[in-house]
Amino acid sequence: MEEVTLFGREPSPFTYRVIWALKLKGIDYTYTNEDFTNKSALLLKYNPVYQKVPVLVHGGKAIAESLLLYLNTLMRHGRKIHHLPKDSYERSVADFGPNELIANAAYIGTPGKGILAADESTGTIGKRLSSINVENVESNRRALRELLFCTPGALQYLSGVILYEETLYQKTAAGKPFVDVMKEGGVLPGIKVDKGTVELAGTNGETTTQGLDGLAQRCQQYYAAGVRFAKWRAVLKIGPTEPSQLAINENANGLARYAIICQENGLVPIVEPEILVDGSHDIECCADVTERVLATCYKALNDHHVLLEGTLLKPNMVTPGSDAKKVTPAMVAEYTVRALQRTMPAAVPAVVFLSGGQSEEEATLNLNTMNKLKAKKPWSLSFSFGRALQQSTLKAWAGKEENVEKAQAAFLSRCKANSEATLGIYKGDAAQGDGASESLHVKDYKY
Amino acid sequence: MSCYKGKYADELIANASYIGTPGRGILAADESTGTIGKRLSSINVENVESNRRALRELLFCTPGALQYLSGVILFEETLYQKTASGKPFVEVMKEGGVLPGIKVDKGTVELAGTDGETTTQGLDGLAQRCQQYYAAGARFAKWRAVLKIGPNEPSQLAINENANGLARYAIICQENGLVPIVEPEILVDGSHDIDRCADVTERVLAACYKALNDHKVLLKGTLLKPNMVTPGSDAKKVAPENEEQATINLNAMNQLKGKKPWSLSFSFGRALQQSTLKAWSGKVENVEKAQAAFLARCKANSEATLGTYKGDAAVGDGASEGLHVKDYKY
Repeated sequence: MEEVTLFGREPSPFTYRVIWALKLKGIDYTYTNEDFTNKSALLLKYNPVYQKVPVLVHGGKAIAESLLLYLNTLMRHGRKIHHLPKDSYERSVADFGPNELIANAAYIGTPGKGILAADESTGTIGKRLSSINVENVESNRRALRELLFCTPGALQYLSGVILYEETLYQKTAAGKPFVDVMKEGGVLPGIKVDKGTVELAGTNGETTTQGLDGLAQRCQQYYAAGVRFAKWRAVLKIGPTEPSQLAINENANGLARYAIICQENGLVPIVEPEILVDGSHDIECCADVTERVLATCYKALNDHHVLLEGTLLKPNMVTPGSDAKKVTPAMVAEYTVRALQRTMPAAVPAVVFLSGGQSEEEATLNLNTMNKLKAKKPWSLSFSFGRALQQSTLKAWAGKEENVEKAQAAFLSRCKANSEATLGIYKGDAAQGDGASESLHVKDYKY
Repeated sequence: MSCYKGKYADELIANASYIGTPGRGILAADESTGTIGKRLSSINVENVESNRRALRELLFCTPGALQYLSGVILFEETLYQKTASGKPFVEVMKEGGVLPGIKVDKGTVELAGTDGETTTQGLDGLAQRCQQYYAAGARFAKWRAVLKIGPNEPSQLAINENANGLARYAIICQENGLVPIVEPEILVDGSHDIDRCADVTERVLAACYKALNDHKVLLKGTLLKPNMVTPGSDAKKVAPENEEQATINLNAMNQLKGKKPWSLSFSFGRALQQSTLKAWSGKVENVEKAQAAFLARCKANSEATLGTYKGDAAVGDGASEGLHVKDYKY
């Protein structure tokens, strides 16, 4: 039997449960009692994310979640296992994979934190830069991202940042890789892995998303580069005959294939079925479509054996169409939470909403109201904002070195505001940057 | 719209129909570089481009063979190759009244949570690739989905996933002028009986045609490349699947009295090339002998599509040799 070590803290009942399981199964182990004022280097090594006990180390590999489940797996069929089950480790969804995926997904949903979506493709970031008269060259793209990631005090409000591939390998001006900046700030790097949309023949401009070919190999490379989650954007729209069943099925299936491939390669998949806000439909219509789409997605994820605890959902909030009359944040909150209750299994740890063209302030207020709502919410509700975190920052920066401090202040302000919104304590008092209330809606938005 | 009615619709219908001309069929010469390497090594020939080119020239330039073919499926490398005297293969085919086709899938990947079942990849950028192939003269395409029979196989996930991939591939091809050959191969590996194979084949084909319908594929502009319904390779003995057996089965189908509103032809790779390969053995002096073997199989299968084969093809060395390779990967 490979060596088993337990890091625990007596008299914690959580630690005792594991000790009893080990004794009942007759597994020999070494025990280290942790002093929480002085955590041992080994504990920090084996459970870097949470730094908590109990942690079981078997054959050099750490298990920090579902320890009893793990021990039960070892003892399946009543046999004692005297070695690490080789086939189950080597198999894609091994006994270790789930634990890391579950831990990372849960971490991303930490109350008080959320995701910065900084994965604009070169083309899209070009449009943003040109809106502030900045040239779309690599150094400017790098400078913008450095401005964001190195804003003093901002990273505490973030659990993850989604990157475009180019950014993954970039560094600060002083030469520090961005992924290191994030790691030190307790932020998980993520990566956009889809390859854009293609039209579905026979539909009225509906699309599916491509990117599955060779995805496993790409995920492995990204994991090696430090990435721990991925993103894939499926797009649907509301119209007289849209979304069609074909579009819903095709996009849900693509999301499910992407999700399982990510999990097989250590990345938490963010599942993003965005229903565009374009149109003049009311909030009831959006709710109906959102519920149908989410139901199909979760059926597909189930068909494809995806581990829901190791995923996140990035949906649109339920709102009226961009050409329809606006409603209150209370209504948005109620309809959105109800749609999720009806379709999203409790096993999913967190929802990270997209902002979809809402202004910075609108998005924050809606998120805040959802978190204040008294209702059954077995998942945390957080953000994965791109434009809604960067708009006023971009305007303040305008590409000029002398504006960096001002721009960073704007960014910090939005991060803090959204952090408070995840806790339902935002008072609407964020320093209103220039553009914070500006609508960010672009018709038929393509990233 | 209920199905594709775009600019290529008439052309697709005409080409699909031509491929099914009674008396003709398809030579599947789309072995990937890796797979053709195994064939070449079985006759002690080095797997280099010139040998691959030489083999294909041997086949396409066999005097009198092209009249028995309506199409040839190519691997991408071959699409751009020429005869030793510099004539592009696609021209050789055109002049012989044969449509060039191209394999467009990118192989299989495993489906998690199944016992080694797979789906096929290759959809990314497929439209652009089809356009390039069309410009190079290709008029049909092929995509191989693979299923297997086992205690829990094929699973519903595998069936749905493969059917959906075929349907996506098919509509993208049609939008870009290529007739899609839909190939849901159920491997013959296993000890199941013929009834089991029939049941699985029917379920798989039903799922495929539902998917093609969902994706608005123009059926008249498609072809189906299925397995025949047979017992498993390890089951109680029926004759082994070899060159001759494939021809005999095809012939028997075409002699059968029954409603058959579609023509029944062939898209054979190994079953057309086995004895040819052995006769050639990579030597220039054997080319004539090898071409004679190839012509014999082409003629035999042509007759089989008409139900007139008498079993009298010059039985080349290897014609009755079993061609089954366990868990065959192209």
